[in-house]
Amino acid sequence: MIDKLAANAAEAVSDIHDGATVMIGGFGEAGSPIELIHALVDHGARELTVVSNNTGSGRVGLAALIANGQVRKMVCSYPRSANSLVFPELFRAGKIELELVPQGTLAERIRAGGAGIPAFYTPAAAGTRLAEGKETRAFNGQEYLMEYGLRADFALVRAERADRYGNLVYNKTARNFGPIMCTAAETAIVQVREVVEAGGIDPECVVTPGIFVERLVQVPEPAQESELVKEGRSYP
Amino acid sequence: MSESSKPATAGWTKSELARRVAQDIPDGACVNLGIGMPELVAHSLPEGREVIFQTENGLLGMGPAPPEGQEDPELINAGKKPVTAIPGAAYFHHADSFTMIRGGHIDICVLGTMQVSATGDLANWSTGDPGAIPAVGGAMDLVAGVKSVFVITQHATKTGEPKIVESCTYPLTGKGVVSRIYTNLAVLDVTTGGLVVTDLAPGVTMEEVREKTGTELTDGRQGNTAAEPPAGTATRGVGGNK
Repeated sequence: MIDKLAANAAEAVSDIHDGATVMIGGFGEAGSPIELIHALVDHGARELTVVSNNTGSGRVGLAALIANGQVRKMVCSYPRSANSLVFPELFRAGKIELELVPQGTLAERIRAGGAGIPAFYTPAAAGTRLAEGKETRAFNGQEYLMEYGLRADFALVRAERADRYGNLVYNKTARNFGPIMCTAAETAIVQVREVVEAGGIDPECVVTPGIFVERLVQVPEPAQESELVKEGRSYP
Repeated sequence: MSESSKPATAGWTKSELARRVAQDIPDGACVNLGIGMPELVAHSLPEGREVIFQTENGLLGMGPAPPEGQEDPELINAGKKPVTAIPGAAYFHHADSFTMIRGGHIDICVLGTMQVSATGDLANWSTGDPGAIPAVGGAMDLVAGVKSVFVITQHATKTGEPKIVESCTYPLTGKGVVSRIYTNLAVLDVTTGGLVVTDLAPGVTMEEVREKTGTELTDGRQGNTAAEPPAGTATRGVGGNK
């Protein structure tokens, strides 16, 4: 019988190895799989390359993983925000590497990786500083940059609801990078609020088909990152 | 300067400027608004005009901020502020969102800027300061793919330096991407023949605008025969429904 539900977050992340590339969903706190990230902090894998739109806020979630010295390199579009403390400090000290990618290029690189497309051309960033060192090509008189598809060993994603096959639906703008990250990772690990019986999700409404999901963890009441930051909490 | 207060000199206030931009957004347009001053445009549309707002973090049909106490941390805009979804809204993932943006399905985006050049180059993501943490977000994808890029900005910096320049000294967001510039003093079209002033704020003269601009301007106001056709808006025209 197929059942992708893991016992808990610790078990779900237990084979993430040192040096792994890990995609982490979320746009700010919306869709950030905070319990899975905290489990990865506990697990302790190091020298990680993390692909995520931002770098977390305060000292919880993704920021806690970075603060714990587990991340060698960030691939993201917007590494600073109002409450980001940890990444700027480490970046200025030369203790973490940054690959800055325009947000749409980041999304398409992940989509392409998941779809078996090794590279593609995009107009975004052509003629800018972020084009330096990149292969270019003209189509119909316009310049495009070649960008590589991105794949990962693991993805940590947050969704709203799953069945045992791993079919997923998301909640509002917490969907963001989740569906494409599930496609681009060898092992997609998804925390969901609710697990329903097979058939409990209308097949017409499935957003991520279960084939893209390897493991599920049920977290009925996930922590809210902004509340933890407001309370000045840190993890661990 | 608060939104409602009148500036010391003549010109549009921020909210008047937002209304001036909104006036040029056609009924049925699909629009993406940048963070900051562009957000004011959403509240400034003329009565009866239906415009669909897209936010690149995955919502088409973005509504206003919710009443206090009804914020949902999973329903936010690109500035990570709580918003609402209008009846008829749609959620989608990031690759679909940038398919809308890069694929030319969004009619207009309204962005703030640090500098904009005579040829429509936009610099709005970095001052190039080596001590700053570089962050780009979706700006480069927006300017590469949205049909018309409107810039909304103060005409000069707080210290009086021109923001409209011959060529940008800050790192570019995109080359030749801006269609039209709206400032507290004037509206300028980007054309193949340079910048053309099409409208002045009340009480503002061409001389004053020229004085505060770092590049040549053509007076293209109605009744002025020196005007050239606004080629920029002809090549990247403002679309309606799509």
